[in-house]
Amino acid sequence: MFNFHYRLERNAMGLVLAIVVVASIGGLIEIAPLFTIDETVEDAPDMRVYTPLELAGRNIYIREGCYACHSQMIRTLRDEVERYGPYSLAVESKYDHPMLWGSKRTGPDIARLGGKYSNEWHVAHLYNPRDLVPESKMPAYRWLMRNALKIGDLGEHLAAMRAVGVPYTDDMIANATADAYGQANPDSAQSAGVTARYGESTNVSLFDGKPETLTEMDAIVAYLQILGRLTDVAQKTEQANVE
Amino acid sequence: MIQGTWIVQCGGVGMVAQLTALERTYAAIILVCVICVGVAMAVAGRGDLMAAHGWIVALFGMVVMALLLRGIDAPDPWEERFREYYDDPTKVGIILSLIWGVIGMFVGVWVAALLAWPDLTFDAAWASFGRLRPVHTSGVIFGFGGNALIATSFHVLQRTTRARLPDQLSPWFVLLGYNLFCVLAATGYLMGLTQSKEYAEPEWYADLWLVIVWVVYFLIYLRTLARRREPHIYVANWYYMAFILVVAILHIVNNLAVPVSIGHAKSYSLFSGVQDAMTQWWYGHNAVAFFLTAGFLGMLYYYLPKRAGRPIYSYRMSIISFWGITFMYMWAGSHHLHYTALPHWVQTLGMVFSLVLLVPSWASAGNALLTLNGAWHKVRDDAVLRFMMLAAIFYGIATFEGSFMAIRAVNSLSHYTDWTVGHVHAGALGWVAMITFGSLYALVPWMWKRPALYSARLVEVHFWLALAGTVVYVFAMWNSGITQGLMWRTYDQNGTLAYSFIDTLVAMHPYYIARTVGGLLFLAGAVVAFYNIWMTISRPAPVDEGAAADLPVEPPAPRAWAQAGE
Repeated sequence: MFNFHYRLERNAMGLVLAIVVVASIGGLIEIAPLFTIDETVEDAPDMRVYTPLELAGRNIYIREGCYACHSQMIRTLRDEVERYGPYSLAVESKYDHPMLWGSKRTGPDIARLGGKYSNEWHVAHLYNPRDLVPESKMPAYRWLMRNALKIGDLGEHLAAMRAVGVPYTDDMIANATADAYGQANPDSAQSAGVTARYGESTNVSLFDGKPETLTEMDAIVAYLQILGRLTDVAQKTEQANVE
Repeated sequence: MIQGTWIVQCGGVGMVAQLTALERTYAAIILVCVICVGVAMAVAGRGDLMAAHGWIVALFGMVVMALLLRGIDAPDPWEERFREYYDDPTKVGIILSLIWGVIGMFVGVWVAALLAWPDLTFDAAWASFGRLRPVHTSGVIFGFGGNALIATSFHVLQRTTRARLPDQLSPWFVLLGYNLFCVLAATGYLMGLTQSKEYAEPEWYADLWLVIVWVVYFLIYLRTLARRREPHIYVANWYYMAFILVVAILHIVNNLAVPVSIGHAKSYSLFSGVQDAMTQWWYGHNAVAFFLTAGFLGMLYYYLPKRAGRPIYSYRMSIISFWGITFMYMWAGSHHLHYTALPHWVQTLGMVFSLVLLVPSWASAGNALLTLNGAWHKVRDDAVLRFMMLAAIFYGIATFEGSFMAIRAVNSLSHYTDWTVGHVHAGALGWVAMITFGSLYALVPWMWKRPALYSARLVEVHFWLALAGTVVYVFAMWNSGITQGLMWRTYDQNGTLAYSFIDTLVAMHPYYIARTVGGLLFLAGAVVAFYNIWMTISRPAPVDEGAAADLPVEPPAPRAWAQAGE
């Protein structure tokens, strides 16, 4: 073996090929089957895609680096299920490009945050977390209230999501900008189209409390309110593997 | 010759005059292309943050062009240069590494302070924790670590092959191109541009640029090896090559994405959910393995034996640990996803390989420490060598801790807590930064042909600041991580959870202050290092006689070299 190596280390290309082959094996065996084995991701026929407003909110969540402190992955541990709710299933992040499972909980897990608090609570909490939770370490995100939301190009965002495999229809892509406006303005003419395209239970609401302008606060609250609610398969499945 | 006035000449007449007229022409053409790409990005990205990055690219190109133009008319360098190694890019790389190090560590202290006092954000988006954190991680990993790897790899490659770099332009392309990537990364985070993939945050255009830079880097390695005057390729180069090759594979696969449009900075990852999680942590863990371990082991395998004046203890241990690390690390990423929605069989594979990984890791650490046998008196007297010894010890500690934390049951407690952060810093401060500072301290006098560093006492001061900072930091994070992990799973007599989340956060507060202090000590050490190295370079000094022997073997006829160059 050492004699073989004695020859190998005299050959630059041989060394290069050996490194590439030896290093590739682990990834090929662990990653490639995840795309082909059916049981990897559960079925969830009722699962819907993110609305344009929720997707815009998700992009703000990414932009501000929220994933650095909040996980969206409840593990199969008893205390986590009791604290946060049913453990996360793979299918729940099927449309998450990229996933936001996170790696650190400086703040709590928020995989099942949707519907837990009111819109008003979220707006006040994002504006200054310490008004509601005095011990909180979270930054105050006041600029979300000041910044107008950019919605003109949301159709292109949906098209890009479709290119990576999310089933957005032509109708959804064509109406993305109107749907974003409509979802945050229940009294507007555009709001009916949102429920028509994304389902009756879609959360159409005056998220930031202000009807006149669409702010980044509207989008982020719409996103936080959908967390864990794209499908209810986790609630319906028996949680068999809790340790 | 480049002497004490180097800094004044940096990038100006001195270093530019070392390039041939042809190389200067090619450099100008490349820079014009870079500036054009920048302007094109600015035009295509109107109304998007990409426009800002377009202007930064163009500005970067113009600054380098201005430096080039100052020496564009210089006469061709003497053919004598082929009798020496080409070290100008290494010198600049050392300085850039130190600058990024101080910036990255400063931002690290800042984000640490934000967790103790969250209102230090001052209502400015760019100054919030989520945007500053990647500036810290990329600043220290890619800015400080990456520049040190590039600078030392050029130095080690030439000495261990006894051949000069193949040309004088491509090393500059790699070094400056890489720093453009780092600038795009850091400025992007502040503006809110991120893919959210940890340690792979920069957006698609920056990723594409890094691929180009990396290919040129790899070609420099192959072209220099092809002309080596030593039949065997030395161990340090195996590691540097594994670093370059595997980081390329990881970077390309994990960053596959579809941009919203050619004028949008934003892109959507090709992968989603569980497949994306596995790909990301296959990348993330092996960024640790091949960027922060393999590359720095390359450093260790050259500078430690060199400084100790002793050969590597065991050639066979080197072989076993190299192939063990190269093979097994790539399986270990799934230990970041224990108890998640990732299939159980992948979690188990990740845990098993993480445990076995301890064998090659300790073989490396042991090989380094056994090399010091017979030179322990030097370790006592020479703080530079002591940095390297301490790095090997922390490498052993951090790899043991890593294997331990990969055990499912341990991970259920440690994951999502500060224990992970403490573990990462045991590796990053104790291993990566210590071996880097030790190597740079050894390298600087050789590069600038000085008999010694400006002050050995300041190296001593730095050593104790760095060690104290690391210990304070790691102990604070062990305490907070284990405390929080235990509080999360504590039940009271009624069988309900005993603590709310906010209770656990309140318990963290003193540790977050202690961690900030630890980081501050480490940063102070880095500033001392910067000052010491700066003074070593800028102070006029007698020519070191030993440098005369630091030359390539048997330079062939200059004409042949000139044709091989570009």
